[in-house]
Amino acid sequence: MINIGEIKKSLLSALWFMLLTFPIMVIRVNTIDHTIQWRWERLVWVGGAVFILSFAWRYLLRRRQASARQTVMDIQTRGLVSHLLQRPREIFQTPSVRRPAMGLALVFLLALPLIFSWNRTILMTNVLIYVVLGLGLNIVVGLAGLLNLGYAAFFAVGAYSYALLNHHFGLGFWTVLPIGAGLGALFGILLALPVLRLRGDYLAIVTLGFGEIIRLMLENWNDFSFGPSGIDNIAPPGLFGLSLTLQQTHTFIYYLMIALTTLTVVVVRRLENSRVGRAWVALREDEIACQAMGIDKTKAKLSAFALGSTWAGTAGVVFAAKQKFINPYSFTIWESIMILCIVVLGGMGSIPGVMIGGLIMVLLPELLKEYADYRWLLFGAILVLMMVFRPGGIISDVRKAYAFEAEEEEPHHG
Amino acid sequence: MADMAAPALEVSQVTMDFGGLRAVERVDLVVRPRETVALIGPNGAGKTTLFNCITGIYSPTQGRIQLTAADGRVMALKGLKPNQVTECGIARTFQNIRLFQNMTVLENVMIGRHCRLRSGIFSAILRTSAMRREEAQVVKESYRLLQRFGLARHVNEFAKNLPYGAQRRLEIARAMATEPSVLLLDEPAAGMNAQETQELVTMINQLKASEGLAILLIEHDMRLVMQLSDRIYVMDYGKLIARGTPQEISRDPAVIKAYLGEEEQ
Repeated sequence: MINIGEIKKSLLSALWFMLLTFPIMVIRVNTIDHTIQWRWERLVWVGGAVFILSFAWRYLLRRRQASARQTVMDIQTRGLVSHLLQRPREIFQTPSVRRPAMGLALVFLLALPLIFSWNRTILMTNVLIYVVLGLGLNIVVGLAGLLNLGYAAFFAVGAYSYALLNHHFGLGFWTVLPIGAGLGALFGILLALPVLRLRGDYLAIVTLGFGEIIRLMLENWNDFSFGPSGIDNIAPPGLFGLSLTLQQTHTFIYYLMIALTTLTVVVVRRLENSRVGRAWVALREDEIACQAMGIDKTKAKLSAFALGSTWAGTAGVVFAAKQKFINPYSFTIWESIMILCIVVLGGMGSIPGVMIGGLIMVLLPELLKEYADYRWLLFGAILVLMMVFRPGGIISDVRKAYAFEAEEEEPHHG
Repeated sequence: MADMAAPALEVSQVTMDFGGLRAVERVDLVVRPRETVALIGPNGAGKTTLFNCITGIYSPTQGRIQLTAADGRVMALKGLKPNQVTECGIARTFQNIRLFQNMTVLENVMIGRHCRLRSGIFSAILRTSAMRREEAQVVKESYRLLQRFGLARHVNEFAKNLPYGAQRRLEIARAMATEPSVLLLDEPAAGMNAQETQELVTMINQLKASEGLAILLIEHDMRLVMQLSDRIYVMDYGKLIARGTPQEISRDPAVIKAYLGEEEQ
């Protein structure tokens, strides 16, 4: 495994980095004493760290290539190695393991407000909101393959529709929830109509622009959206007219989000293995072949955008109710990128992947609060590593396998 | 005799311009039910462009394309979108295989059934009984189709993991799933070895016999063309330069010139 060439390459990278970082890491000019301090020991640290990192990087890369070659070789005769790699997923998919595991997770989620503090519950509500957003964006990006960088705009549509309708007309949470979802879908279609012909990078740029337009509009159209100062005193969701304390309200919203997440998972799961969902995946895989198979590309794109933004609208309404105060700064481009990261990191097109992605992306910054300055650096590094070593995400998409009775003898061809 | 039957596909005077370039010029072509017609010609002759005109990927500059379904309905295809053309009953395969790589073999065929199914978003979310019945039906039909094409053992594999010959077969199976009356094959034997090509010939003959299908194929493998086709059209520089039975074509001086240059054979 270890050969001289690899060591040499790592050594070279280490030397290169030592040279590059020499001026800032080693030399320190003391402007008061007019002395120069040489911190040579730091150079050793840089060299050592880069050497080890580079070596590990090369090793992992080589292993990845080897395993890729392995799967190519084992297409027909599934070898031991690839079989072992498949094991964890297979184990989880057997009902006797899967059901108790899922049940346990559900019980834990339901009991969470009783076990942990109030703040933790709010944090978990956040996680769930992002999971719903991720699952919604997953329809557009993961299934239909349409890169959408303005997804936070639809989130904003939902949040502002509740905030404004509540502020002006005193409409309640439960009335606005479907309205917010509907408005989300409507804005999804409004964005999709002009971009039907666009693909890939071009689509990404237009959606990015759309997201910024919505945010700038909210920021500057004071008469409509109260500008940067936002909207205050948004009513919390009602529960049969009971009056709840602040803490109870948050617990209630938490359970509400669990219900909403469950609903989202069920709907997305049903959609992805339906006629419509297959059409989305076909659109992602090959647009021309997809049309040649009789799929109306326009309809498929519109429905993907509409359904994706429906979830953003819904999550937006809950978000507004939870925060009680919203302003345009909750819906910046970073929000869109964060949701996209959840989808890409978790695994495009994969529901459990997106859930894990949401968990990581929301909890990680919370756990690493002391290192808040390095948050985006860390995300960037994680994403680069993921793209190199696990391009499919943490849990990559699996298509549904259908079972058939083996009774039919395959008619020999030829 | 096949010549007596009404044409399934009739292409008349089709011209396709790309800016100043005339890729296809006033081409007439007829394919009848149960007939296999080959379209041959040197590279760049405009064969695939003509296919793209018929299937709606391009809209021809001039001309008329007409499809007659088995039940006698006559449909004008010019100006329709590709998915509408497929709904009318034309299916195609591609020169470079264009399967849905990250979908399973079964799903590829199920996509082919798409335009013959009806269930939409809401019935999928609610899992209505009609939707479940339709799904069960499409899975069964698609599996049968895979069995016919000798692909049943790959049913849950990703399309990208199939061996080359099986990918070509899957493309034809997927096209057949749309219930076409005319099947267009763009170089179906490209990259196949002798045995695979022979299997392909058997398969195409079976299709023709069992479905009453009209087949139009582009192919460079002359042995296959001579074996399979009832009639041959030859294109060069966007124009038809010859038409006729395989025997006539193999002796046609214009064809020999187009393929081999000026010299006498």
